[in-house]
Order: sequence, then C-alpha cells, then structure tokens
Amino acid sequence: MSNVERMMSAEEKKAIEALIFQLADDDFLFSYRGSEWLGLAPHIEEDVASSSITQDSMGHAAMYYKLLEDLGVGKADDLAHLRPAQERKNSVLTERVNGDGYYMDTPQYDWAYTVVRSYFYTQAKRAKINSLRESSYEPLREIAVKVSMELYYHVMHWKLWFEQLLSSTEEAKSKMASAIELVVEDMGDLFSYGEQKESIERFDLIDSEEKIQNNWLEALRPTFEKLQLDLPTIPEPKLNGRNGQHTDELQTAIDTLSEVYRLDTATNW
Amino acid sequence: MVALVKNSQNLEVWKVLESVKDPEIDTVSIVDLGMVEKVEVEAEQIKVTLLPTFLGCPALEIIRTNTKNAVMGLSGSKNVEVEFIFSPPWTSDRVTENGQKGLKEFGIAAPPRHLEEDGSWHVDCPYCDSTYVTMENIFGPTACRSILYCKSCKTPFEAMKPVSTIM
Repeated sequence: MSNVERMMSAEEKKAIEALIFQLADDDFLFSYRGSEWLGLAPHIEEDVASSSITQDSMGHAAMYYKLLEDLGVGKADDLAHLRPAQERKNSVLTERVNGDGYYMDTPQYDWAYTVVRSYFYTQAKRAKINSLRESSYEPLREIAVKVSMELYYHVMHWKLWFEQLLSSTEEAKSKMASAIELVVEDMGDLFSYGEQKESIERFDLIDSEEKIQNNWLEALRPTFEKLQLDLPTIPEPKLNGRNGQHTDELQTAIDTLSEVYRLDTATNW
Repeated sequence: MVALVKNSQNLEVWKVLESVKDPEIDTVSIVDLGMVEKVEVEAEQIKVTLLPTFLGCPALEIIRTNTKNAVMGLSGSKNVEVEFIFSPPWTSDRVTENGQKGLKEFGIAAPPRHLEEDGSWHVDCPYCDSTYVTMENIFGPTACRSILYCKSCKTPFEAMKPVSTIM
C-alpha cells in the first residue's frame, strides 16, 4: 500500500492530498446520502441493491482516507468525521438532501432525484477512475483498478433505473425532467479541482477537468440519444465545494453522521 | 492467478489458514476463496497478507481477528501481523476448486469462470444443477453475492459475483 517511497516535492504532495480529499469526500457524502434510503427504497430488491452500492462506496471513501493517513495527514476516521464543513472538498451535488423530511420522522424523499444524481455521479466517478488508472501516483493507480471492478455494477444499476423511468409514464418522465434540472444545477463543481487545478493537472495525477467532463458526456451520449434527450450543459459553479464552499445541508449531514463517533473518538467503533 | 508461494517455513501457517472460515460461509476458508496473497515467516515474526473481496465488506475486521488468532495458536508464534492490501486486486477467478465445491455445498453458485463478450455471465443452480435459472437481483445480501432463482427446482439461491480486472 505505502510502497511508494520516492521523493516528492512539498508542492506535489500538496496536490496529491488535495485530489484525494476531493475523491474521499465525494464518495463519503454520496454514500451517506445513499444510506439514508435504507428501508425506504421503492421495493425490497432495490433496498438490497442500493444499500450494497452504498456500502461499496463507503469502502472506497474509507480507502481514500486511509491513503491520506498513510501520507501523514491524520487518522482516517478523524478525517471522515471530525473535519468542519468549510474544510470539506466534496462537490455540492453529493451533500444535497434526498428530498423533504428526515428519515427518523416523515421522509418524503425523491426517488427520481436519487436516480439522476446517482447515475450522473457514478458515471462521472467512472470517468475519473478510468483516468486514475494512468495516474502518476501509484497508490491511486492501484485503487483505481480495484474500484473499477465494483463500479462496473454500480453504473449498470443506475443506468437501468434512469432508462426505465424515462421510458415510463408521463408522470415519471416529468419527475425525471425536474430531477435532471436540479442535479445539473449543482454539477458545476463536480468536474472542478478548485484552487488546486493547476498543480493537480501539472503533476499528471488525473486528466484535465475538461477532458473528464467530456468523457462523462460521451459516456452519457448513447443513453441520451436512445431516450431522445439533449445532453446536459454544466453551468459555472455558484458554490465550489472543492474550495470549501458549501450549503447548510452539508453541516446537518456532518452533525448527524459524526454524532456517534464524537461520543468517544478513542474507541474502536 | 494466486501467488501460492509455499515453503517449509510457511507451510504450517498456510495449513492453519485453511481453518479460518468465511464468517458467513463455514464451508469455505480464506485460502479457498483466494484471499491469502502472501505468508512471510521470519525469526519471530509472521506476516499474513490478505486481499479483500470487496472494499466495503464489513467482515474484513472479523477475518483479520480470526486469522490472527489462528496463527497465534501455532507453537512458537510470537509476533503476528495481518495486513489487507488491494493490489493485486482480488478477482473471482482466485476461488480455488475446493472453494467452488465448498460454496456449492452451502447453496451458493461459484463465480462463473467465463464472461461473455458483452460482460454477461451464467451459472447453474447449486442444488439441482439445472441451467434454467433467472437473475432476481445482481446485488445480494453481501457485496460479493447476487440473488438468483432456479425455475427447475423452484429454489432461490445466491451466486458469487464475477469480478475481473477487465471490468
């Protein structure tokens, strides 16, 4: 795992850490939102499937945090639970609530929104993972091979839902159209590397923002053509999560997800 | 394939690892599943390197503890370390012949050895060997399994998902 002992400059190390924080926080928040669906998915088979995907994704986040731990940034569990919202680097898209209400009370979550977010996010993750297979940083190359095998099933799953709902009733189509609009609005920072863009790209850690976004669009194209939909246009970000800009929805998520860990940070949970 | 480098020094350790079962499937060991990548024995130190099947698998810590306890039970073991690594990645073709038998005995179809060109795959019913089966859910009760149904003997069953580096 930590078999890369080659010398790297402080600048390169900073770029590596910045990128891994983005990857880790994205998967962490995405799977946290996924876990809120447990027991609430449209049917029992979906409950099994989406919680399995959520578990895999949480495993990916844990591995990225471990990589940061290996780099001496801090303890993996602390990085996941204890960092304040303004230090988080996840895309705004991943922090958004699943809909109205709260799962302990009366959740009125939006399944169409979850399908669109999950499909767009997972396909974007695929584009990044494909690129990371060629990363100049060996531990990221190794991770990419492993994540790729699991991601294969995730993409297949969300694509199926996306196509099915958009080939369904008028009501389903209209809910999906609204969901696409909502999701795209928050995608401005998903392909951004924030303030670290220049160094992340210069050290060949991953392809450029533009290239990843383009590969994402090309991956969506056949599905969109089949459904006779226009490919989405990604707007400039209003908030850039990569630079620590977030909504209040992130703070609420962190308060909830870290509640147990904060009770006793020395315990082996 | 599995790098089973065995020598007189670590043979005893490999043997004891065969007693470390999958926490949910007591008919297969971590050796059968191809999870053991390396066993290193030095004077006072034994190190076992394992590969996780899926990264988010919650059984990993149980497997780590069980592995450690089993190796500690060997005479002369002083320092035992168990590490999980993800490179090389675990792939479903690492499941040994013994592992396939053990899975079937438990009612789980072994992962298919071959994938079609379009990525699809087929397994037979582990109970009646019928080929007349349908996929109910590619995701199962654990990350590494899928749920299927046999239309011949009318039995639901599970299959280990194929995972390969071409995915």
